[in-house]
Amino acid sequence: MHSVVCIKQVPDSAQIRVHPVTNTIMRQGVPAIINPYDLFALEEALRLKDRFGGTVTVITMGPPMAEVALRKCLSFGADDAILVSDRAFAGADTLATSYALAAAIGKIRENMPVDLIFTGKQTIDGDTAQVGPGIARRLDYQLLTYVSAIREIDHEKREILVERRAEGGVQVLKTKLPCLITMLEGTNEMRYGDMDDMFRAARHPLKQWDRLAAGIEDPNVVGLKGSPTVVGKVFAPKPRSQRAEIIETVDNDPKNLVVTLLAKVFTQHPKLEREIERLAK
Amino acid sequence: MNEPVKKPARKKVELDPRFVNYKHVWVFIEAERGVVHPVSWELLGEGRKLADALGVELAGVVMGPPGERTRQICGEAFHYGADLCYLAQDEVLRDYRNEPYTRALTELVDTYQPEIMLLGASTLGRDLAGSVATTLATGLVADCTELVIEADSRNLASTRPTFGGSLLCTIMTQRHRPQMATVRPRVMAMPDADTARSGRIVEHKLAIIESSIITKVLEFIPDAQQDKPQLAFADIIVSGGRGFKKQENFQLVWDLAKVLGAEVGASRPIVQAGWVELDRQVGQSGKTVRPKLYIAAGISGAIQHRVGMDGSDVIIAINNDPNAPIFDFAHYGIVGNAMQILPALTEAFRAQIALARRAG
Ligand SMILES: Cc1cc2nc3c(=O)[nH]c(=O)nc-3n(C[C@H](O)[C@H](O)[C@H](O)COP(=O)(O)OP(=O)(O)OC[C@H]3O[C@@H](n4cnc5c(N)ncnc54)[C@H](O)[C@@H]3O)c2cc1C
Repeated sequence: MHSVVCIKQVPDSAQIRVHPVTNTIMRQGVPAIINPYDLFALEEALRLKDRFGGTVTVITMGPPMAEVALRKCLSFGADDAILVSDRAFAGADTLATSYALAAAIGKIRENMPVDLIFTGKQTIDGDTAQVGPGIARRLDYQLLTYVSAIREIDHEKREILVERRAEGGVQVLKTKLPCLITMLEGTNEMRYGDMDDMFRAARHPLKQWDRLAAGIEDPNVVGLKGSPTVVGKVFAPKPRSQRAEIIETVDNDPKNLVVTLLAKVFTQHPKLEREIERLAK
Repeated sequence: MNEPVKKPARKKVELDPRFVNYKHVWVFIEAERGVVHPVSWELLGEGRKLADALGVELAGVVMGPPGERTRQICGEAFHYGADLCYLAQDEVLRDYRNEPYTRALTELVDTYQPEIMLLGASTLGRDLAGSVATTLATGLVADCTELVIEADSRNLASTRPTFGGSLLCTIMTQRHRPQMATVRPRVMAMPDADTARSGRIVEHKLAIIESSIITKVLEFIPDAQQDKPQLAFADIIVSGGRGFKKQENFQLVWDLAKVLGAEVGASRPIVQAGWVELDRQVGQSGKTVRPKLYIAAGISGAIQHRVGMDGSDVIIAINNDPNAPIFDFAHYGIVGNAMQILPALTEAFRAQIALARRAG
């Protein structure tokens, strides 16, 4: 059983602050973490390894500093880690990203067949949920998104049975290996790595693959050049034509403030007053 | 010599000649077990504007099992603004599965060649859009908050929050077709249905046989109805943010919601801290809501929160920082301590409602 887990290093958005005046993001000093959604993917792959044996390989496309995230995955128990990193990958949109990752997984496959690819549901910085489906399509793997549980794997028949979160319910799906699973959040809990793994992680020779090592001949299919979407203007959200009407009273006592507020809101929105009375009944 | 510096003219990116005949705007109509996801109607409302701006037709794409119900959906699509519908009925399309839906939608695009294709950013829409865009090697912009046609290029300009930023950006697909975008439920307004409208149906026969589809659906377990908070369609929402500091204090949000018969919402840090469940998160990576009244207490109003609630009819913000961005787009604001204002507000509403009850 060989699982490849795709992860991404992202800024810890819980610690991002927005500059109060310029309204831009303050990235300085914000620690980088493993995209939290990816940890559910990694844990699921490790659980399959516990159950059936085998190998877990983690892979990321990113700058050299993403090595830290990979070593973290090793310390949780992953067996091998590959950093796909090249200047040529800069500015990639989701299509170009899935191209590079699919190519690299193709390379991994040359040495050891890949039964399952795992990704998180989405990243917390991009939020697109497009890279997983893109990789599956490129490698012609069956795609199982938003998987909440892996029920069974039949190695003889190379079949897998999963539960998948769909609109309005859960689908129980049976498909063939190899396939790509995007793991739903909250479905498992990340383990703590043991001491052995931590020592191993620190010493493990990390593989770093550039474009050619990842098997990509044509520089035009990756990075900015390989991205059909282009980012045009970047701008701050417009304030409404009018800022909020700030309610004030002489004493600014909470009681008086809210009474003034309600009087104003209900005069200007009489329908809302009736609505509230209706709902409260 | 003082020659004026020549600014490099903005490079005009030409459309790949393979796509010059791609025309018209499409909306994928998402239907499962005969029920259409409302986001599809919202997208038809938006697609109508794009089609009118381009002077082209608006088409709905309806896929499903053979039968009267699937065909009926085309009629509903006309009511919401479609001029025509592409209809693919096949047993392989009974339940949503990635492979047959990807193959079917890709085949329709290759055959009828739309310039724009919109899908809902639902679990189904995201699964399908990513697969189809990769197959077609075209651009896909996720979770757009605004869609317009750029006047000179006639390209689709899709606006979405920047990656991990507090700004918005506009993304375009210049060389490839169709230009694909997903929009989350409730981001766009629901258009009024005009039951007098009608349109034409283009039937497309697929040649996909079940034995060629690897994934099988063994079972569908529907969610129990009242399992989950229904923020998306709530009329009143009371939301709390990090301003409450401690989980005990968040009870004040529940108290007010109870009096109003409202749903409780929250900013992301509150969900991440585990104070409320994920289904209550409002914003870019949570729910988009459009209530008649949205009360935001102790929430700064970051863009990722704002895109989820900007469409509310009336927004009341309570924040102790007069410069909090939330006051830039709320309608009413109280600058003060949420821990004191909220209980007072709960009391005031309670009194108001009691009065109304006695009167009526
Ligand atoms: C990709 C991405 C996706 C995201 N998705 C979402 C999302 O879906 N939803 C979301 O909400 N966020 C999302 N975020 C996070 C978002 O950027 C903000 O960090 C978050 O909304 C801030 O939450 P907050 O307003 O509760 O906290 P803060 O920004 O910390 O604001 C707390 C506010 O409370 C005020 N305050 C403090 N004490 C009091 C008091 N006693 N009384 C009254 N006010 C007080 C402060 O003045 C401040 O304005 C996302 C971020 C990223 C990068």
